[in-house]
Amino acid sequence: MSAAMNVPMNVSVGVVQFPGTNCDLDTLDALAELGARTTLLRSDESSLGGVEAVVIPGGFAHGDYLRTGAIARFSPIMDAVTSFAGAGGPVVGICNGFQVLTEAGLLPGALRPNAGLSFLCQPQQLIMASVDHVLGYGLSPSEELSIPINHFEGNYVCDGATLQRLRANGQVVMRYVDNPNGSVDDIAGICNESGNVVGLMPHPERATSELLGSTDGRKLLEALLYAAADARQAASHHAA
Amino acid sequence: MVSDSTSIHAVLGLTDAEYDRICELLAREPNHLELAMYAVMWSEHCSYKSSRRHLARLPTEAPCVLVGPGENAGVVDVGDGIAVAVRIESHNHPSAIEPYQGAATGVGGILRDIFTMGARPIALADPLRVGPLDEPRSNWIAEGIVSGISGYGNSVGVPTVAGEFVSCETYRDNPLVNVAALGIMPTERLVLGRATEVGSAAVLMGASTGRDGIGGVSVLASAGFDEADDDSTKRPSVQVGDPFEEKRLIEACLELLEAGLVSGIQDLGGAGLTCAASETASRGGTGMEVDVSVVPLRQHGMEPFEIMTSESQERMLAIVSSANVDQVLEICSRWEVSATVVGRVTGDGMLRVRDGVDGAVLAEVPASTLHDDAPSYDRPMRPPADLAVRRSVDPAADLAADSLPVSSPGDCAADLLAMLADPSWVYRQYDHQLFLNTVVGPGRDATLLRLRDPRNGTPTGRGLAVSVDGNHRWCDADPRRGTAMVVIEAALNLACVGADPLALVNCLNFGNPTHPEVMWQLSEAIDGMAEACVALDVPVVGGNVSLYNETNGTNISPTPVVCLIGVHPDLARRPIADTLPPGTALMLLAPPGSALGDEADGCASSLGAVALGGSRWAWERRGCRDGALPDLDLAASVAAAQFVAAAVREGAVWCAHDVSDGGIAVAIAEMCCHGGAGVHARIPSLGGPAPAERALFAEPPGRILVAVEAHDVERLAHAASAAGLASRRLGSFGGSRVQIGRLAEPGLDIDVALDDTLARWSGALPQSFAGPVDGEAA
Repeated sequence: MSAAMNVPMNVSVGVVQFPGTNCDLDTLDALAELGARTTLLRSDESSLGGVEAVVIPGGFAHGDYLRTGAIARFSPIMDAVTSFAGAGGPVVGICNGFQVLTEAGLLPGALRPNAGLSFLCQPQQLIMASVDHVLGYGLSPSEELSIPINHFEGNYVCDGATLQRLRANGQVVMRYVDNPNGSVDDIAGICNESGNVVGLMPHPERATSELLGSTDGRKLLEALLYAAADARQAASHHAA
Repeated sequence: MVSDSTSIHAVLGLTDAEYDRICELLAREPNHLELAMYAVMWSEHCSYKSSRRHLARLPTEAPCVLVGPGENAGVVDVGDGIAVAVRIESHNHPSAIEPYQGAATGVGGILRDIFTMGARPIALADPLRVGPLDEPRSNWIAEGIVSGISGYGNSVGVPTVAGEFVSCETYRDNPLVNVAALGIMPTERLVLGRATEVGSAAVLMGASTGRDGIGGVSVLASAGFDEADDDSTKRPSVQVGDPFEEKRLIEACLELLEAGLVSGIQDLGGAGLTCAASETASRGGTGMEVDVSVVPLRQHGMEPFEIMTSESQERMLAIVSSANVDQVLEICSRWEVSATVVGRVTGDGMLRVRDGVDGAVLAEVPASTLHDDAPSYDRPMRPPADLAVRRSVDPAADLAADSLPVSSPGDCAADLLAMLADPSWVYRQYDHQLFLNTVVGPGRDATLLRLRDPRNGTPTGRGLAVSVDGNHRWCDADPRRGTAMVVIEAALNLACVGADPLALVNCLNFGNPTHPEVMWQLSEAIDGMAEACVALDVPVVGGNVSLYNETNGTNISPTPVVCLIGVHPDLARRPIADTLPPGTALMLLAPPGSALGDEADGCASSLGAVALGGSRWAWERRGCRDGALPDLDLAASVAAAQFVAAAVREGAVWCAHDVSDGGIAVAIAEMCCHGGAGVHARIPSLGGPAPAERALFAEPPGRILVAVEAHDVERLAHAASAAGLASRRLGSFGGSRVQIGRLAEPGLDIDVALDDTLARWSGALPQSFAGPVDGEAA
């Protein structure tokens, strides 16, 4: 509880809801508990309404029909998210949100069905690989986290050149301990080159309470609020 | 070939007497459409015609009951202005034909029953029973069922938080796919599926109507399988599910209910539009006209009887005052849910099907006759002729003398390892964490969820517990006592997470009701359930009866399954420790009169207390289905549940685990696996005659193991004694071996490495589904 007291207050975070999204309310709850002002952004809206950070939560946008994220990327809200990300705004995609970000071209690579060809909902040990991104504030490289995963398509894949680039630029955000799904290089999350767009398969909103088994997810969500507050400050300096 | 309506009724599953009764009610012969409507509504599945008179013996009333049996779901008041809706159903036969869709549509159907009442679905539970996993077809069925639940439940966005996974040859050709759902709502939002206001519109929402599931309830659910059937002939009777459609339907319906725009709402499940229209009308004491020409169709050229009986999924019928119709259609459109006015409520009590608004009348029957006049049978029943002989068998007799189905008779460690299986292979395929409520998830005795206020999501500080339980071996040995033991086990499971039982729903899976032995099983099971529910002071608020679970004339073992929900009054911390520190004491709590000491204590018990009949060991390791069940002391078992629930809540124990199938040895080993610790334990010899297997694997009811700090043992023993329970410290956790011996016997009966135990426990199911090794691997 005390950790939450230090988190920047009043950061405005938008959580995107596509038809079929189902982790939207959980994500809103978890962020609100950390003191964020939260807004639900419907996918047919074309404006982000001035939010300072965007989270694309987990679920099954458009029923995962055709391919995960393949229809969602064409939603009006995604144009706004793309512009926001281009301007350096913090954007985080969790699970299905990660899949949407790769489909939208905001992150490289793709997420294939798990190597074992079955859905996996389980606690997952992770190791932070870099902290130079919007989920890194307050965490240390190689810090271990326990955060649940919940996916069928979490098997990250990219071509060799992209993988080299991700490693060289510190764009691998976190890796699995005991790779559950066959992801290349045990990758559980990545960011873009500027570090303001992050996609990850684990669900930090599911690890925010001792009662539910882990609070490690709070660290990541708190980091997002710091990053958004920083971006706000930078913007106001710029304006001045 | 069928040439006239008198033989059509037989094809549709109606008897000659039922046909005559329809003629009498209508004072004329029914036309084909009317006949089809009666056939689905008077099917066993919809009318409970074989079970109704027996179900009336179940206790259904309690102060917490807001809605009892007979509605779409039972609803109970859990305090703080919160109501919980709960329902259980079977999707056995569709899953035998097409496992993925059969199981998936079972999930969809149960969710509609919950949000129909105005409740948001918050949890699913799936008790599953399949054939032997080493047989390719059973393996395929099992994998398909789990995938179907995973594919539909995860996508529709309702977590699957509890379940059972049982494999036995009795389910080889007839798997049991039961599914339960829970929902929460503010008590004031409770909605009943009634059409009371004449002139209101009937709005059909959701998916279009296709030819899938025509006659599902009469063709599939109300008849058994036999070899003459080609599965493919029944496949068109299985519906196909679309979880994305259902997700939008849930959100649209809950918004309509929240806004108070619908006066009644009903899902289209078994028997489709016929059932929804006639139920809403007859419950409201009104009539209804349905215009089949405006029903959105998936296929061209569908006949009116197909439209009226199709079981296409993801459809709801809402009763809407004419003033609100435009608003309802607008909300549906925003959720991309199709909505069409297909009828209107009338005051004449008739269900009238027309072609066009004022078009030709295609069918016209008194709506209530489809329900209230459905036949009710007092079918003959009698106990099996060999009952007494079967019960006199002792499965542990002549252990060394005969040939056994296992390779290592007398090897207790091998018996133990063979009965261990971690179900996580199943439940990790289900999203069991959505909504951030899952405090104790699947795989433990019971599931415990945070109970939050549905108005604003604020935690109440209390928990909602759920356990689904069945035991066909117990019920095969003695359906009455076996069913009572199942209910008691469910209560003990809730106790292990600190919850007290509140209400129960049941799914009664039995064989062919025209077999007198099956009717006897059903009647006995209902009596056993009633006795246990009365002892626990728990009402039955709903249920489902699945009959004709038979193949080629062989009935499944009777399998009543219960879903028991309960409340944890103060959820300040997780009630279950994840690991057991070395030195933690292992204690057994049991009803008084249980022989917990060695023979020197002078409390040797009768063989009845430790009978092995109906035990998992007897069935799986001895190939023996005969024998008597152990004695059941209902009052003492209830006291044990109450005592343990309180102890868990007070934090007096690290964790608790009830002794169930596999007996005390399996229960101890499971605690070791969960806690990551070895154990050295001396268990009671139980006073009965040797061998060791009796002490290790018998399943007398009402026993619970607890892990407790060594210095708390004495205090807990005193408290147990004051509560009228026997208790004994059996040993301590710690070390790297699982060692179990008997009091007053030298040596150990079981001594295996913890690592080997864990490997067997966690590997059992994944290995069963790894498939045959193909020799082509390079």
